Amino acid sequence: MLLDNEELKAQAREIIARYPQGKSRSALLPMLHLVQAEDGYVSGDGIGFCAEMLGLTKAEVAAVSTFYTMYKRKPTGDFLVSVCTNTMCDVMGGQTVYNVLSEYLEVGHDETTADGKITLEHAECLAACDFAPVMTVNYEFYDKVDPEQALATVRELQDGKLPQPSRGARLCTLKQLSRQLAGWSEDRKDALADTGIGEATLAGLRLAEKHGVAAPVGDVELNTPIRVEKK
Amino acid sequence: MTSPRPELLAKLTPVLTKRWLSPDAWRIDTYEQLDGYQALRKALKSDPDDLIAFMKDSGHRGRGGAGFPVGMKWAFIPQNDGKPHYLVVNADEGEPGTCKDLPLMMNDPHALIEGMIIATWAIRSNKAFVYIRGEAIHAARRLRNAVEEAYAKGYLGKNILGSGHDLDIVIHSGAGAYICGEETALLDSLEGYRGQPRLRPPFPATHGVYGCPTVINNVGSIASVPHIVLNGGAWWKSLGSENSAGTMIYSLSGRVQNPGQYECGMGITLRELIELAGGMLPGHNLKFWTPGGSSTPMLTADHLDVPLDFDGVAKAGSILGTTATMIFSDRDCPVYATYRWLMFYTHESCGKCTPCREGNYWMTRTYRRILSGKGTHADLDTLLDTCDNLLGRSFCGLGDGATSSVTSSLQYFKQDYLDYIEGHRRPLLNEADLVGAH
Repeated sequence: MLLDNEELKAQAREIIARYPQGKSRSALLPMLHLVQAEDGYVSGDGIGFCAEMLGLTKAEVAAVSTFYTMYKRKPTGDFLVSVCTNTMCDVMGGQTVYNVLSEYLEVGHDETTADGKITLEHAECLAACDFAPVMTVNYEFYDKVDPEQALATVRELQDGKLPQPSRGARLCTLKQLSRQLAGWSEDRKDALADTGIGEATLAGLRLAEKHGVAAPVGDVELNTPIRVEKK
Repeated sequence: MTSPRPELLAKLTPVLTKRWLSPDAWRIDTYEQLDGYQALRKALKSDPDDLIAFMKDSGHRGRGGAGFPVGMKWAFIPQNDGKPHYLVVNADEGEPGTCKDLPLMMNDPHALIEGMIIATWAIRSNKAFVYIRGEAIHAARRLRNAVEEAYAKGYLGKNILGSGHDLDIVIHSGAGAYICGEETALLDSLEGYRGQPRLRPPFPATHGVYGCPTVINNVGSIASVPHIVLNGGAWWKSLGSENSAGTMIYSLSGRVQNPGQYECGMGITLRELIELAGGMLPGHNLKFWTPGGSSTPMLTADHLDVPLDFDGVAKAGSILGTTATMIFSDRDCPVYATYRWLMFYTHESCGKCTPCREGNYWMTRTYRRILSGKGTHADLDTLLDTCDNLLGRSFCGLGDGATSSVTSSLQYFKQDYLDYIEGHRRPLLNEADLVGAH
C-alpha cells in the first residue's frame, strides 16, 4: 500500500505546500505523476493514495487520471517510446518510423513488450516540427529520425544501453523521470548541461551571425523609472 | 544553394532568440552578463500603473495565437479588491506546427522569469504559475533550475531587490492534453480537474484561478517584456508593422531546405521566409501552408506575399496564430493532411461540447471514406454542414480550429477531393481502415 509509505506521504505533503492554503486539489496532477514514479502507472493503489491525501473520492481522482494521456492505465515499460504521427511528422516519415518500430517490437499503440521493458505509442504533435520527424524516449528528443536510426535506438535500449538524445538530458527510466514531472528538480550531475540545442532551433540565428545582422537597440536610460503621462 | 539577398537578411531581427547562441544563457550568471535582470531593476523603480500604461503604449500583443493586447489584459485586473491576484503563464505548447516556446524556455528560461517578475509587479500579484506541457520535460527541467537560481540570487521570494515586491513561482507540469492550452481549460487543469473550458463571462481577469483575478499570458508574450522595458515601447513598435508591434519567432517546418526558427519583424512574407530558409526542397513546389498552426485556415502559393502580421493574415482569410508555418508541397495531399489533423482534434476534444466531440468523430470517418476511394459527392456537403454545426457552437476555440483546415482545403483544393471520389487518384487508405466509417 502506498499509504503505508511515510516518505511518499511526506513528498505528497511537499507538493500540496506549493499551492495556496485550502487549494490542495491543485496538487492532484503532480501527485498522479508521483504515484506513477512509484508504480510505473496510475494503479488502483495510486488512485487511492491521491484520494486519501487530498480528501477526494477515488472516482474524482480516476476521472482526472483517465483524462490525460501521460497517465498510463496499465504497467508501462522502463522506456516509453513515442513517435509523432501528427500531420507534419507523418508527411516527413514519422508514420513509417512508427510502423517499423511496431513491427520490430511486435506491439501496437500503448502496448508494452513481453519483457516489460519498452512501451510504444504514437504521439500527437510534440512541438518540434522543425525537427520532423521526431521520436522521444521518456520524453527526451531524437530529432529527424529515419527508420534505421529509430531501430538502432530501440535496439540499444534492449541491450541495456542509454543512447544519448539529440535534445534532452541523458536517459533514465520512466519512473525516475516521473519524479521530475511531479515537480522535483534534476538531480543528476551535469544532466542539465548535456542537452543538445538542435541546429533547426538556431537556423535563423546562424544566418544572422554569418552575415553580421543584429536587431537594433533602443535608446533607454536604465536608471530612470518608467513614467507615462495620464491620458 | 544560393545565399538569401542582403535586403532579406536584414529582416532577421533576433531579440527573443538572441541569447540562444550563447550555450550557457540558461545559467543565471551568463544571463546576467547578457543584460539579464536589468529590465527588472528599471521596472521595480516604476509605478505599477505606469508600467501597465507603458505596455499598452508599446502595442505589444499576445504571442499565443489570439493577439490580445498585453497591457490591456494587465489593466483588466481589478485593484484594491482584497483578493489575491495571479499570473499564469501558458506554456502548454502543442498546436500542431508550433515550436517556438519550448526552445525559448530551454535556452533562455530567465527571460521568462524576469518577465514574470515584472508582470506580477504591474498587476500586484505575489504568486505565479507556469503551466508547462508535461511532455516538455527538457524545457521544464531548465526552467525549474532557473527558478531555483533566481531564488538564490534574490530575484524571487520576499522583498525582491529591496522593492517590497514578493513573488513565488511554481512550475506546474501538465499531463498530456492539448485542450489545456485553452486558457480556461488550463485553469481547471491547474486546479486539479479534467481540463475542460469554462463558460465566459466571467473572464479570468476577474474570475481566474481559484476564482481570483488572473492574467494568463503566453510564454513569448511575457519573455518579450524585459526587452520592451529595456529598449522602449517606440523601439518595439518600430520593429513590427502597423497594429503588429515587435518581432515574432516564425517557425518553419516541412518542405524547405532549412526548417527552423527565424525571428523577424512582423509583416515578413512567406516568400521571404522560404528564401531565408534556403528555398524549397529540390523537386518540391509549394502547394499549401498554414500561417499559424493547424487551427488557422490553410493558404496557397497565391498567398506568398501576404504580410505575416495580425491584419495581413486576417485580410487573406486566415489567422496569424502562433506563426507556425507548416509548408507542404505538390507531393503532399491536402485531403490527407486535413484528415490527419482531424484525427488529432478528435483525440484532443475534451468531450464537453457535443458539436466538437461528435462533429470531429464523424468528420474523421467521412475523410476515411473519401481517402479509401469510397466517398461520394454528398460527403463534401456533409463536411461543410458539419463545420457549420461546429464553428462557433462550442465553448472554446478547439472546435472552431478543427473546421479551419476542412473548409479552407475544400475552398482551395476541391479537385483533390473529387479526384479521390471520382476515382482519378489511387486511394491512400484501404478497406481495413473503413471499419465503422459508414
